[in-house]
Amino acid sequence: MSKIIEGLKYCDTHEWVKVEGDIAVIGVTDYAQKEMGEITYVDCPDVDDEFQKGEEFGALESVKASSDLYSPVSGTVVEVNEAVVDGPELVNEDAFANWIIKIRMSDPAELDSLMDASAYKAMIEE
Amino acid sequence: MKYYDKLIFELSKPGRIGYSLPSVCEKCAGTDSIPASLRREVPPGLPQVSEVDVVRHYTNLSQMNFGVDTGFYPLGSCTMKYNPKINEEIASMPAFAALHPCQTNLTGVDEIYKGIDKALCEITGMKRFTFKPCAGAHGELAGLMIMREYHLSRGDTNRTRIIVPDSAHGTNPASAAVCGLDVVEVKSNAQGLVDVNDLKPLLDDTIAGIMMTNPNTLGLFEKDIKEIAYLVHAAGGLLYYDGANMNPLIGTVRPGDMGFDVLHLNLHKSFSTPHGGGGPGSGPVGVCEKLTPFIDVNVSGFHGNFGVILRAYAYILMLGRENVKMCGRLATLNANYIKESLKDLYKLPVTTICKHEFVFDGLINDGARDGKKGAATLDVAKRLLDFGYHAPTIYFPLLFHQAMMIEPTETESKETLDGFIEAMRKIAAEAAEDPDILHDAPHNTPVSRPDETGAARNLILKFQDACGC
Amino acid sequence: MSSFHYFPHTSQDISAMLKRIGVNSIDNLYSDVPADYMYKGEYDLPEAMTEQEVRDFFEGLAAKNPKLKVFAGAGAYDHYTPAVISYITQRSEFLTAYTPYQCEISQGTLRYIFEYQSMICALTGMDVSNASMYDGPTAAAEAMRMCVAQTKKRNTILVSNTLLPQVRGVIATYAKYYGVTVKEIAREGGQTSKASLKTLIAQGDVAGAIVPSVNRFGIIEDLSGFADALHADKSLLTVYCDPSALAVLKTPAEWGADIAVGDAQPLGIPLSYGGPYLGFMACLKEHMRKLPGRIVGQTLDKEGRRAFVLTLQAREQHIRREKATSNICSNQSLMALWVTIYLSLMGPVGLKQVNDLSYRRAHYLQRRLLETGKFEAGFRDSPFIKEFVLKPLVPAADLQQKLADSGFFGALETEDGYVSFCATEKCSKADVDAFVNALI
Repeated sequence: MSKIIEGLKYCDTHEWVKVEGDIAVIGVTDYAQKEMGEITYVDCPDVDDEFQKGEEFGALESVKASSDLYSPVSGTVVEVNEAVVDGPELVNEDAFANWIIKIRMSDPAELDSLMDASAYKAMIEE
Repeated sequence: MKYYDKLIFELSKPGRIGYSLPSVCEKCAGTDSIPASLRREVPPGLPQVSEVDVVRHYTNLSQMNFGVDTGFYPLGSCTMKYNPKINEEIASMPAFAALHPCQTNLTGVDEIYKGIDKALCEITGMKRFTFKPCAGAHGELAGLMIMREYHLSRGDTNRTRIIVPDSAHGTNPASAAVCGLDVVEVKSNAQGLVDVNDLKPLLDDTIAGIMMTNPNTLGLFEKDIKEIAYLVHAAGGLLYYDGANMNPLIGTVRPGDMGFDVLHLNLHKSFSTPHGGGGPGSGPVGVCEKLTPFIDVNVSGFHGNFGVILRAYAYILMLGRENVKMCGRLATLNANYIKESLKDLYKLPVTTICKHEFVFDGLINDGARDGKKGAATLDVAKRLLDFGYHAPTIYFPLLFHQAMMIEPTETESKETLDGFIEAMRKIAAEAAEDPDILHDAPHNTPVSRPDETGAARNLILKFQDACGC
Repeated sequence: MSSFHYFPHTSQDISAMLKRIGVNSIDNLYSDVPADYMYKGEYDLPEAMTEQEVRDFFEGLAAKNPKLKVFAGAGAYDHYTPAVISYITQRSEFLTAYTPYQCEISQGTLRYIFEYQSMICALTGMDVSNASMYDGPTAAAEAMRMCVAQTKKRNTILVSNTLLPQVRGVIATYAKYYGVTVKEIAREGGQTSKASLKTLIAQGDVAGAIVPSVNRFGIIEDLSGFADALHADKSLLTVYCDPSALAVLKTPAEWGADIAVGDAQPLGIPLSYGGPYLGFMACLKEHMRKLPGRIVGQTLDKEGRRAFVLTLQAREQHIRREKATSNICSNQSLMALWVTIYLSLMGPVGLKQVNDLSYRRAHYLQRRLLETGKFEAGFRDSPFIKEFVLKPLVPAADLQQKLADSGFFGALETEDGYVSFCATEKCSKADVDAFVNALI
């Protein structure tokens, strides 16, 4: 049973978003980390890189697989979590506590198109 | 096989040498007279060992390896057939080894390239070959370049998309990307073949062509190929043939006759040259008449892997007109024989006759019960190593979760196949009895399962990383 | 039925197997193939030969090629191959093995690749080496793609005019279809022009530059300032090198390079009419995720024993498909073993001696050739090791013909009207004298 946290926004590509003012804190869900198995690398963008909603911003890697990460919102990267770059196992340990990037949103209205916790729960249980 | 734990660097002792070179005249200037600003500060950290150290070290390393000469390799899409020894003798002839690639007026060399070109054209139904590509993926890239050049020559500049089946080898989409083409995936139908209905709407004037493997990676002949070729050609596209699976068609069916416009062959698969632990191979590309003006794509330094080409030519000459017709047929016989002998214990998603290879989707009874994890395809593969066999290709194609792709090749005898079948049946029985025997396998190899996650997280990629210097 | 020694099937075997499958004939196994595609004609191939006939056939062909002593380089160098190498590389456990995906029964291959990677890093000063590329030119083309990938939105690559023509040619091919703009850095005398480099950088969009350490004239280039100029622009420096010469020359790392590539053929690989050779490719740690090809890493097995595996595989085509860093799958593994054994035998001292001997022979050859009066100096005061160019005062074709008549191969014409010569430790002083006498 995968953990889901109330109050976050979710994408169908298994990223979560926590909104802090105009900043979107982005990570991957517990479901995603379980599907990947032991994560060996988190491929992150650089600060100042710009992404459109739905654009690929990085990837999770395991020994035998790779899974792309998609930006839930449009905006500019303001911070990358160096801790998960140095220790990808942190994502396996707690996918919600260990965010991956922070994006300054250019269009916060995009958040409305994302799922809430119950909708995401329904999706992964399908 | 026995475990041996040294690295050549660990045998090093300053002052020891392994070379025999003329002495240096100390009166004349040497590299020390090159300006210091152009010279390295410290000598490279290479080992200093004696000749006998080198010979023993690499002999010991070789004894931790499995090769075709060691035993049977049922490795799908890799065609690990026997590597004839006469080929090696020909390739190492000093008269060939001494030829500089810029030399001209080499009548003998020209005859070799012409001879193998003609033979490969005859076997494949193509018009001409280029031998510059050094491996299969390199051939794919060259072939796609030829296709692009053809379209460009006609002012057809929008054809930048290529159709690739979901069952394709990973190199197909990767080569297309390197060639600047966007990949459009076409689905397989329930029979494991390219879905013609899924294909039709994809065909428009942005399509450069389709890359197909026939028989495909499930070992199934794409029997709708006639219609596919018609549709793709009618839409202005070209057909690329991935020759990785050419073996069952040697002496039976010619890709050129099926409407393929360009193909690559893997001389290190279908034409018996050794894999060398991952190369060197050779990936000559053949084209139909209308593509011959575009064949000379400059994709490597000189004339391709000449040494590999010599081996393949020697093989073709041994095979000859008399035996060529049995090559693909016996490979197909062997594959069907294994398939029929194991389908009661391993899931067979497609039950029709196969060509040179087929795919099982894991064990029928994997031993899972009472919360105990069943044996997966990886576990079967690792257990096979204990029985002295190489593992099949696993988790490919991506169409099935527990894919196990088996290709025996024509050079294996009934006794060898029976031995393999017996081992596979024993493993299935073990899984049903206690899957842990498989989970812990291999037991009899020089090392047990290595920690691959650890290797990827804590990267040690050279000797210096480990020793800290 | 079988009258061919690579097919072990007897007619009884075939009958028994067909019975198990439940078909009457082998051709029934092709019933899924449309009948008109089954090839019914006789293949127009030569009649099957015996081993003896095959050997005679190739000996006959070999005899048709003139046997010449090589005094040419141009990207393929005639260095001595110690006897040990072919003896070991012909061991079937190495020769007939597949790619080491099943690591438990491939520790031999994996270990030598790890040693090879370590040796390439030792020679180049780089942090990470892959397990090999096809040849030097394709390694350079991959470096071009790596620069573009690593600098994201930039799409221009600068290529020095002093790189070998085949290197520039293959880069141009890959760039054309991949959609990368190639601009040529001009030469100034016999070297890459730093001023031209700076001008091109100022034009913008530069992902990286590829320049030689030893160039197509044999000249050792002074690359000081190149890395600074590129790094100030956030673009990358790739140095194309002769790894044999790196025993004595400044390493790509010392020049500040991000990527080192080249052909390892000079490390004892026979000329073999151009292949198989061995492309090598190494880079700094910060770029390793974009490095193409296989990479071996060290780890432990379940019992805690040192073991080696293919690692960082998520970069590769079999996992990433169209998003892979490259399409390369098969590489030149056995040639990596070849070079690993060569470097083990040579060590730092032997490899330097190879360079010292080549240096002496080549400089002696240059002096003797200038004395003939048939040449003018190529590029004065340009340091070289084994290869150099001269300006011929007679047509190059005449020189080549005279040499060939005396059993030599040399005086290759360059695109700028020079002729190039090369001498290695394999030439004795007497060989050099005979070579020069052939021209007089």
